[in-house]
Amino acid sequence: MTAPIEATGAEQQAQPDAVLAGSGRKAIQGRSLGQIAWMRLKRDKVAMGGALVVLLLIVMSLPGVTELLSRTFGSPPNQFHQNLVDPTLGGPIGSLGGISADHPFGIEPINGRDLFSRILFGARVSLLIGVLATLVSVVIGTVMGIIAGYFGGWVDTVIARLMDIFLAFPLVLFAISLVGVIPNKMLGLAGNDLRMGVLVFIIGFFNWPYIGRIIRGQTLSLREREFVDAARSMGARNTHILFKEVLPNLVAPILVYSTLLIPTNILFEAALSFLGVGINPPDPSWGGMLSAATELYTVAPHFVIVPGLAIFITVLAFNLFGDGLRDALDPRAR
Amino acid sequence: MSTTDNATGPTATDRVIPQGEVLLDVDNLGKHFPVHAGLLRRQVAAVKAVDGVSFSVRKGETLGLVGESGCGKSTTGRMIMRLLDPSFGKITFEGEDITRMSQSRLRPLRRDLQMIFQDPYSSLNPRQTVGAIVGAPFRLQKIQTENGVKKAVQELLELVGLSPEHYNRYPHEFSGGQRQRIGIARTLALKPKLIVADEPVSALDVSVQAQVVNLLEDLQDELDLTYVVIAHDLSVVRHISDRVAVMYLGKIVEVADRNDLYERPMHPYTNALLSAVPVPDPAKREGRDRIRLQGDVPSPLDPPPACRFHTRCWKAQEICKTQEPPLAELSPGHQVACHFPENTTVSATDAVAQSAVSPPATDLPTPSLRKE
Ligand SMILES: Nc1ncnc2c1ncn2[C@@H]1O[C@H](COP(=O)(O)OP(=O)(O)O)[C@@H](O)[C@H]1O
Ligand code: SF4
Ligand SMILES: [Mg+2]
Repeated sequence: MTAPIEATGAEQQAQPDAVLAGSGRKAIQGRSLGQIAWMRLKRDKVAMGGALVVLLLIVMSLPGVTELLSRTFGSPPNQFHQNLVDPTLGGPIGSLGGISADHPFGIEPINGRDLFSRILFGARVSLLIGVLATLVSVVIGTVMGIIAGYFGGWVDTVIARLMDIFLAFPLVLFAISLVGVIPNKMLGLAGNDLRMGVLVFIIGFFNWPYIGRIIRGQTLSLREREFVDAARSMGARNTHILFKEVLPNLVAPILVYSTLLIPTNILFEAALSFLGVGINPPDPSWGGMLSAATELYTVAPHFVIVPGLAIFITVLAFNLFGDGLRDALDPRAR
Repeated sequence: MSTTDNATGPTATDRVIPQGEVLLDVDNLGKHFPVHAGLLRRQVAAVKAVDGVSFSVRKGETLGLVGESGCGKSTTGRMIMRLLDPSFGKITFEGEDITRMSQSRLRPLRRDLQMIFQDPYSSLNPRQTVGAIVGAPFRLQKIQTENGVKKAVQELLELVGLSPEHYNRYPHEFSGGQRQRIGIARTLALKPKLIVADEPVSALDVSVQAQVVNLLEDLQDELDLTYVVIAHDLSVVRHISDRVAVMYLGKIVEVADRNDLYERPMHPYTNALLSAVPVPDPAKREGRDRIRLQGDVPSPLDPPPACRFHTRCWKAQEICKTQEPPLAELSPGHQVACHFPENTTVSATDAVAQSAVSPPATDLPTPSLRKE
């Protein structure tokens, strides 16, 4: 640098566009990173398609809505319609798996239950387990990750080892054996409610190290940012720095990771139900339906296709939305 | 901008440095970062980032702290701010020893002691509005403002040359220079007495650097500030400093009044730094020898013994490798740590130097100095 010179107007030129495009004399409202991300996300048609499907799934699964849809377009999920089933082969009578106005997705072989309603109620189970388990992982992972990354030292070492232990755990085997020994009643829950609780716990509790590692890494880099030093030099305490300076910068990765973890958990729940350690029949679950369908796909191929498609579309929608969200929140990570 | 060989800079005589009270005193301050390795995380070595520096800053003056990157300037600044705990030494601020003061006792003191950070892209929280950022010091220190925090923040924004309308905007909507101004506004909120400015302009476009330096100077006059300005080359602090301290590998090698240092640099390292300062006028560039330092800065993990500069110094003798030159006052107010200083007849270790058999091996011409 040479001797200071008069203001050259270089800085005025460097004014942000928003200032130049200024909305007149009124106090200018800045656009937060969140608002900018939302604008970017809105332009991403694929992600918005995913978001639409996710939204539909959520609305479909709301209390009352599932029952209403089931009543309006199908028939109760556990009602048998054996008159619609071919008694010799066990397959549904009629073409395309017995699709009709009363049974838009056709009917199940053997018992003739309405597939539309079973998919609908299965969606509720999948979504509930997927979301709740993700919530468990995210809460534990975020807390552990922040603590490890922010305080470092032996705290970090202990948490890192703990993560290694959890990640080395044979989760599927553990789930199979644990679900097998669940009592009928526990903690005020019973039957499939209790099973769902246990599934949420297992899936959520053992998956936290994945998000924990991400949050730890992000916290490590955030901790080195000068705004943390700035806050400290103004007399901020650790709690202020953690909650007001660091945590708001973690919202984006937490959101992205959550939307990407939900479909993983849905798949995991489907796999456990497929293996017979998930939701107990007669309550519908997508994995359980697939499991039953594997023996009947010759007489009723649609029985494989319908729940398979449901899982596929759900997982794909969450992933497309999550990827779009990540791109919108952090365009550099593309 | 003219470059003449004997004129003094335009501000050389403008400011009268008050010879008053010492605001900040740093005595033999050091920071050794431990290096751990192995399963048991045992300490195997230490990065001697700062290794015993001493200086003091008087009320109203500006001390420039200069040295190549990695020589421990930021570490020194962060220790003064007590963002890092010193390994040894003593920091006295306003007569109070703050070296080991607890963070809770330090909290009220922090109003008087603030820092401007190097990277305006990292020093502002991207999730907070300008209003929240600049208003944070009021909230954190629970300071009542006459007309509310918002009004106070808007006044601060105006003070640093921003529009009060920027209150609701976010950092990413601003240029680097504007961001640095936001950071400065935050620093000023508590009306500090001492500001440590860690390379306040090195991340900015050259065209904007001068504006920010000018702003810092104007604020100093208006608000009676005392600065420690850190820079990695001598050109940035030349204009703003009253005194300059030159650091090399965790040690101060030369301290002098600004004009003295730029006109009669005694330490070979200072001479080398000065010769690296670009001369804008091509006509003047001729006949000016550039001292090119050989090699890289040695690692602070294992700094060279005795004079740490001897691995790169063209005047180095045997004694430089065995005996550390003390930081001695060779002329009034001009301290140098060198066995064979330039621009003077005495040396830091006069007696030793005289007994040395051979005179300095080379007689490199002193680089001509750039003057505004
Ligand atoms: N937290 C730390 N842990 C280990 N080494 C550090 C740490 N901070 C700085 N250092 C080392 O200390 C030396 C001085 O760093 P710094 O004070 O940032 O230099 P400067 O600001 O002069 O460029 C460098 O070698 C740097 O790598
Ligand atoms: S003491 Fe010797 S090596 Fe060190 S700067 Fe002076 S002449 Fe060079
Ligand atoms: Mg630095």
